[in-house]
Amino acid sequence: MTGSPDAAPLLDVRDLAVSFNTPDGVLEAVRGVSFGLVRGRTLGIVGESGSGKSVATQSMVGLTRGARITGQALFEGRDLLTLSAAELRAVRGRGIAMIFQSPMSSLHPLYTIGWQIAEMIRAHEPVSAAQARARAVELLGHVGIPRPERRVDDYPHQYSGGMLQRAMIAMAIALNPRVLVADEPTTALDVTVQAQILRLLRRLQQEFGTAIIMITHDLGVIGETAHDVLVMYAGRAMEQAPRQSLLRTPRHPYTQGLLRSRPRLDAIGGRLVPIPGQPPSLIAPPRGCPFHERCERSIDRCTSTPPPLAAVADGDAAHRFSCWVPERGDAP
Amino acid sequence: MTAEVLVQLREVVKEFPVQSRGAFGGRSERLQAVAGVSFELRRGETLGLVGESGCGKSTLARCVVRLLEPSAGQVLFDGHDISTASHAELGPYRRRMQMIFQDPYGSLNPRRRVGSIIGDPFAIHGVGLAGERRRKVQDLMALVGLNPEHYNRFPADFSGGQRQRIGIARAIALRPELIVCDEPVSALDVSIQAQILNLLDELQGELGLTYLFISHDLSVVRHVSDRVAVMYLGRIAEIAPSEALYERARHPYTRALLSAVPVFDPDEGRAHASVLLTGDPPSPLDPPRGCRFHPRCPRAQARCAAEEPQLIPRAGDGPEHTTACHFPLADGETMSTGAAPGVTP
Repeated sequence: MTGSPDAAPLLDVRDLAVSFNTPDGVLEAVRGVSFGLVRGRTLGIVGESGSGKSVATQSMVGLTRGARITGQALFEGRDLLTLSAAELRAVRGRGIAMIFQSPMSSLHPLYTIGWQIAEMIRAHEPVSAAQARARAVELLGHVGIPRPERRVDDYPHQYSGGMLQRAMIAMAIALNPRVLVADEPTTALDVTVQAQILRLLRRLQQEFGTAIIMITHDLGVIGETAHDVLVMYAGRAMEQAPRQSLLRTPRHPYTQGLLRSRPRLDAIGGRLVPIPGQPPSLIAPPRGCPFHERCERSIDRCTSTPPPLAAVADGDAAHRFSCWVPERGDAP
Repeated sequence: MTAEVLVQLREVVKEFPVQSRGAFGGRSERLQAVAGVSFELRRGETLGLVGESGCGKSTLARCVVRLLEPSAGQVLFDGHDISTASHAELGPYRRRMQMIFQDPYGSLNPRRRVGSIIGDPFAIHGVGLAGERRRKVQDLMALVGLNPEHYNRFPADFSGGQRQRIGIARAIALRPELIVCDEPVSALDVSIQAQILNLLDELQGELGLTYLFISHDLSVVRHVSDRVAVMYLGRIAEIAPSEALYERARHPYTRALLSAVPVFDPDEGRAHASVLLTGDPPSPLDPPRGCRFHPRCPRAQARCAAEEPQLIPRAGDGPEHTTACHFPLADGETMSTGAAPGVTP
């Protein structure tokens, strides 16, 4: 699908941890997660609510106010976690752009779509208002807004949900960012519109070589977009692998459980096998593996020490998972 | 198949008045959310109802349980027309039909204890003495997998999945015959969703329930449904037994909908090639003439714009599989996605 990836990762996140002070205690949202992102490829981060999948990426670009962040996030040779607010503002937009589930969190209701895109461009580049507006029209056309020269002067409420999502993507790609973080970008959309948006993101990636982080709870979206997948649970990485490898041989009991509990479109699989129980609280999360309370393979060691993320002994070195009790044949 | 019919809809229409604002004062228009829908629900079955937002599926569901009064047409519950019944006349039917909602947060009063929330139906319908009710509620809690000792807790003390169990306990309290489930698992995480789907399945077996199951998630609908109805802009486009609908969809809209579902496993049998619709569904305020899908349909011809197709079996299909399309797709036939309007090449 994409050209040969550059050897060095564009974004290299190491041992990222994010916590928040809350009235109930310290909430440990992300607890030591590492991942790399390569030009022209999509990393899918999949997890349920509270897994830390959104916080992990937002903390890198300074969007988690009041958070305590440790670790490293190396982007173009600089550690994002050490940058000032002004430096981070420069990174957002040109370096790393974000799109969210709700377009109205990025668009102001009282300004026209075109004005907002043009202002964003002018905040970063020395262009005239007319030039910026022309760029906005071009961008709206690029993301599939019909008759962009007219719709550029519409207000957000005049757009449908799918069109707003496209407008937000237009704004995000306006400065040709190296990295696009898409946080549940299609969750609020109907499937037919979702398919259009996912196709648009793939096309942009092929055209510009943008690296994408696709954050989602939907394994279907992962299947349609991701080259590599990171499975998160209760703030930790449970499994990390190329998509094909994860699909054919999921190793972690949580990943396996997710796949078994999901109804399939082809109805193969019969009765669903739910994962019993529910995710742990992130305030004083369990010691050891965060999944152990729901895991049928759990042993004593799982309750006391978190397992490292280790590669499968006989398999793909890029396929790593975090479990003390691997199934026979895939002992790390 | 001669299963007993529990609910019969005959040309049900639901209109809402809409004020459109203009420079010279408002104009009153009518939005037809449901535009003439007929189908039946058979005792003990699950009928899935799918469609995109704004297609009228939730409005239709509310007409079925008479939370809304249809503007025209009939809703027959167990043979009795309840579509225009008064509040008093509805009384005996209310306890026979219940509803489960999507939002397990919004549908529970946060200031009331779950025991009294679940016991509401008993209080409203005067079932049992106050002393007995607590035991009945605790039986229900056990039945839906809640700890009966949590009787005095508040909704906030429960997780999303558990709150949906509370909603289900309340819905089955009076042993209804019909439950309308409106996106019951859409707000839940995948690992929890399966718990609730299995619970609904068990309860159906134990209590002989009939479900009308509304969801935008086509994988979930296939999993739970015996038959599936596809809605588009207030009308039924196609209705068929699940397997027939998913494997041999006749209506181009059904095909497009199915082909748009993202799948994790590329082998996950998508019976049809990808059809990418462009644009959004048209406004129900001004639905297209003829077939409502024709402006987006890759197979549309002149007749489609002129004449509204009837919901009938296609030649070769049994009476169970009906399609509202002048040019339904044959087995294995693919939609040409070349130069046809409305489809991205």
